[in-house]
Amino acid sequence: MDLVAIVLTIITASTPLLLAATGELITEKSGVLNLGVEGMMLIGAITAFATTTITNSAVLGVLAGAAAGTSMACVFGILVLIFLANQVATGLALTIFGIGLSALVGTGFVGIALEPLPKLDLGPISAVPVIGQILLGQDFLVYLSFFMVVLVAYFLSKTRLGLILRAVGESHDSAHALGYPVLLVRFLAILFGGFMCGLAGSYLSLAYTPLWAENMTAGRGWIAVALVVFGTWRAGRVALGAYLFGAITILQLHVQGWGLEIASQFMSMLPYLATIVVLVIISRDGAKIRLNAPQSIGKAFTPSR
Amino acid sequence: MFTLERRVEQSKSWLVFSPIMAIALTILSGIIIFSVLDKDPWMSLYTFFIQPLTTGFGFTELIVKATPLILIGVGLSIGFKANVWNIGAEGQFTMGAIAGGGTALFLNTQESFLVLPAVLLMGIFGGIVWGMIPAFLKTKFNANEILTSLMLSYVALLILSYLVHGPWRDPGGYNFPESEIFSDFAMLPILLEGTRLNLGTVFALLSVLIIYILLSRTVLGYQFKVVGLAPAAAKHAGFDRAKLIWLSMIISGGLAGLAGISEVSGTIGQLLPSVSPGYGFTAIIVAFLGRLNPVGVLFAGLIMALTYIGGENAQIEIGLPAAVTGLFQGIILFYLLACDVLARYRLRYKPFLKARDRE
Repeated sequence: MDLVAIVLTIITASTPLLLAATGELITEKSGVLNLGVEGMMLIGAITAFATTTITNSAVLGVLAGAAAGTSMACVFGILVLIFLANQVATGLALTIFGIGLSALVGTGFVGIALEPLPKLDLGPISAVPVIGQILLGQDFLVYLSFFMVVLVAYFLSKTRLGLILRAVGESHDSAHALGYPVLLVRFLAILFGGFMCGLAGSYLSLAYTPLWAENMTAGRGWIAVALVVFGTWRAGRVALGAYLFGAITILQLHVQGWGLEIASQFMSMLPYLATIVVLVIISRDGAKIRLNAPQSIGKAFTPSR
Repeated sequence: MFTLERRVEQSKSWLVFSPIMAIALTILSGIIIFSVLDKDPWMSLYTFFIQPLTTGFGFTELIVKATPLILIGVGLSIGFKANVWNIGAEGQFTMGAIAGGGTALFLNTQESFLVLPAVLLMGIFGGIVWGMIPAFLKTKFNANEILTSLMLSYVALLILSYLVHGPWRDPGGYNFPESEIFSDFAMLPILLEGTRLNLGTVFALLSVLIIYILLSRTVLGYQFKVVGLAPAAAKHAGFDRAKLIWLSMIISGGLAGLAGISEVSGTIGQLLPSVSPGYGFTAIIVAFLGRLNPVGVLFAGLIMALTYIGGENAQIEIGLPAAVTGLFQGIILFYLLACDVLARYRLRYKPFLKARDRE
């Protein structure tokens, strides 16, 4: 097996996880736990796929997918911030709703195959062995995912707005007392999370496997939520985790090629089992979690008058 | 300007009224959804929500579908009360089906009346084991039970898939991924001749009764409530949080396992690659819709079961996509969560300017 080909497939498998987890990171840093990642990704995936099929434009598809993820997040934000609904229950509702709606919209799109997203082509430079092939021959969502990680890391640690976002997530009462618009900050953070999940879904249905299948996320949304914990709420570590999981996903595909006689089902279990293992390893150290987790996460905020 | 004012105590009447309002709003949204799908809305509503109940058989099918939802929902509501979020009931259900169904296959040539009890106990045991893993990881390593229990669901589904495609595949089954059909000794007795109504329904009713007594008449039930509503008070009172996590995962896992084995040895009669149309996830909605109250769960289970048989009926009669069921289930939970705000908060109208003037 060609090493370059393996790295390329790892990038493909990691990108949706990275996009979704980066979005969820911002949402959680503002003190909101959105468990609807899976649902938002599915809605993003089918919207992107349907739009691309109808308009023949992948760019429009990705935009529509991101917009669909954002509007799902908007529903979540209204329920959680204005109706003060329980965040865990609302996130689950978002996922159940997303599975149902995407399956309904998708009934007419099963069995259609699309051209995968176009890849960057710098001619001979992109064909340079190893470096050119890996770094200069990807589609734009891959580059965007890296850009977003850097942007989010910079935003959280170096900008004033990032500081406000973290303050809101640490203690909404103090942030409110200082005059920061807690609900607005949280709403925007939720929308950003939905936007990124929409992109992640678009990547799945336009690049990873350019076709639509019911429930095609197969738990990736939940793995993305776990990655935020795994990365102890730091963008760089979240990215590392996303690539670790991408590698595990790809490993299962290659093991059979190496002649190991293991039933495919056991190989498919690997990402889920790995999620459990890393959660245990990270969560075991309570101090590390307390140090990095936003203190107000999951708590509703009602401004006192 | 409208503002929300926290009620000192949850409004009892709103807690009952908000599910009713959520259902009404879901039906209204149904009219819109059916119109968008180019179907006659009234006709569709009739085929979805009323026609399935017009025959005696349809009515028993409703109960057959409600049975697993009630069994799982009752178990989940205990955990949810104590803020233990078992999202992996689908996996515990599947594990119950595997452990119990495996026992049935192993004893398939035995002609003894002890086969059925062994099958049922193994089913419950399978669910309990699958529920105990997240409890262990939570109490020992503080790993989030939402994520671990959900990941274990995927694992359980893959184990079932492996078994029916591999070692447990029926050799005389023309290579279909299905197990042998269980012998009559491993099957739950049918309650009503000519229907699929079986003893599983009696288990569901018993579980409602037992959990109701546990929650309303015992100190343990009281502890579950206090831990959920006032964690700090529970800590001061010396309630053992780890014990409650273990218990709620064991009870909800065991009931999901019982639901799983009741489904395969009562309704299906063999192991298939998929033994559940998402009962474990729908039961989460059932628990909320039933207000985390066993009696409420009983009614909520029947209502959510109607979305399943209504969906099937509408698929056959007017060609609605099967996915409409899942969509309705998601919508109903959205509306419920939104309506619930009025149980916890009071809507107050404050003339904005005047309030300012007074200050």
